[in-house]
Amino acid sequence: MIPAAFEYHRPTDVQAAIRVLQDHGDEARVLAGGHSLIPMMKLRMADLSHLIDLQDIAELKGVSIDNGTVSIGAMTTQHELIESDELFRAAPILREAALQIADPQVRYMGTVGGNVANGDPGNDMPGLMQCLGATYTLVGPDGTREVAARDFYEAAYMTAREDEEILTRITFAAAMGGYAYEKQKRKIGDYATAAAAVLLTKEGGRVASASIAMTNLSDVPVFSEAAAAALVGSGCDEGATTAAISAMLNDIDPTEDNRGPVDFKRHVAGVILARAIQRAWSRA
Amino acid sequence: MTKMHIKLNVNGEPKEVLAEPRELLIHTLREQLNITGPHIGCETTHCGACTVEMNGKSVKSCTVFAAQADGAEITTIEGLGTPDALHVLQQAFREHHGLQCGFCTPGMITRAHRLLQENSNPTEEEVRFGMSGNLCRCTGYQNIVKSILAAAAEMNAIKEAAE
Repeated sequence: MIPAAFEYHRPTDVQAAIRVLQDHGDEARVLAGGHSLIPMMKLRMADLSHLIDLQDIAELKGVSIDNGTVSIGAMTTQHELIESDELFRAAPILREAALQIADPQVRYMGTVGGNVANGDPGNDMPGLMQCLGATYTLVGPDGTREVAARDFYEAAYMTAREDEEILTRITFAAAMGGYAYEKQKRKIGDYATAAAAVLLTKEGGRVASASIAMTNLSDVPVFSEAAAAALVGSGCDEGATTAAISAMLNDIDPTEDNRGPVDFKRHVAGVILARAIQRAWSRA
Repeated sequence: MTKMHIKLNVNGEPKEVLAEPRELLIHTLREQLNITGPHIGCETTHCGACTVEMNGKSVKSCTVFAAQADGAEITTIEGLGTPDALHVLQQAFREHHGLQCGFCTPGMITRAHRLLQENSNPTEEEVRFGMSGNLCRCTGYQNIVKSILAAAAEMNAIKEAAE
C-alpha cells in the first residue's frame, strides 16, 4: 500500500499553487485533507507525479458570516464545520450532514472543498450544497469565476472545474426554517445507500418554500425541483410527501452495486426522503 | 525522488528524518523512529489501529504523508504512559478488560485520550460515536466503552481533588 513516487509542493498562496498546476498539467493534483486522494494513490488508481498540499494557504481556511451570507474556505475541515456554533446558527443542516460523514479521525482531516470538488457521487456535501443553492468560487490562471453547485457536476468525477483551477470557497445564503439531512448507510464510514437533504419554510401552516437534493442515487447529485414543488403550498401531509417521493424517483438514476440492486435503492430513497421531509417539517 | 528533511516533535522530543514524499506517517514512526505503538491494521483508513494525535487532532497515520506532518506535534501511545506509570486510560482498559488481543488498543487509547480532551464527561452514546473510527474484532466494544467511561470519571476525580 505504498503510492508511486511523486514530488511534494506546499505553496503558501493560491497563485503559487496554480503555477505548479500550470507547469505540470494533468501530472499534478492538489491535496486538501487527502482522505479521498491518498487512498486512491495507495491503490495506484490515482496517477500523479506532483502533489500540491494546500494546508499552508491561509486564505482557504475558515468560516465567515456576513449579512446572512455564509462563506466557507475550501480547506475548512468537517470537524471545524461541526464545531462552529456561528455556522450552526446560520445553517444547522451542515452540522447534521457533517456528523454523518465518515468517522471522527477522517472528519479532522477531510475538508468541505475536497468533498465538493472531487465529484464523487458518494460524497454528501455536493447534494447538500445543491439543496442550499450554494456557489463555488474557482480560481485559475485567467482569474476568478463562480459556478452554481447545481451546474457544477457533469458525471462521476467530472465537474465544471478546469484542470488548472482550484476551488477556493463556497458561499450560500443562511438557511432559515426546517432542515434535515437523512442518510442510510451500511456502517459508520460508509457512503450513503441513499441520502436526502431537505430545507423548507412554513407560513400559515403551509409549506412556503422547499428545496430537495439526493445523494448517491445517480452519477451526480440530484437536485429535484419537482419533488420540492410537490410540497410547496401543501400542509406537508402524507399525500404531499408521497407526491414529492414520486417526483424524486423520476429524477434519480441509481445503479446496482454492493449497496444493493436498483429496486432496493429506489425503495430506500423513498424511505429516507419521507423521514427527511418529516424531520424538516417538525423543525420549520 | 529526492528525499525530504522532515521535522517532527514526537511525544515531546524533536525528531528529524529523511523521507521520500510518498512515505506515510505510520511508516516513518514505526520504521524510522522505532515507535511501534501505532499499529498497521487495514492500511485503508478504516480500522484506526494506526491512530495518533497530530496537532491536537486524532488522525489515521496510514492516510497522512510524513511530508504533510512536517513541523507537526505528534503524540502516540508511547507519549501517554509507561509500563511503570500507566496513563489513567491504560489502567482503566486493564481493570475493565478493555482489550483481548491488544492489537487495536494503542489506537483506541490514543483516540479516547483526544475524545476526553474535547469532552471530559461524555455519555455512553458520545463515547460510542467518538470512538466509531476505531475497530476492535475481539471485545464487542462493551468493555472498551466501559473503560473509557471509567477513565473519564477517574480523570475528573483527579482534577477535582487537585482544585
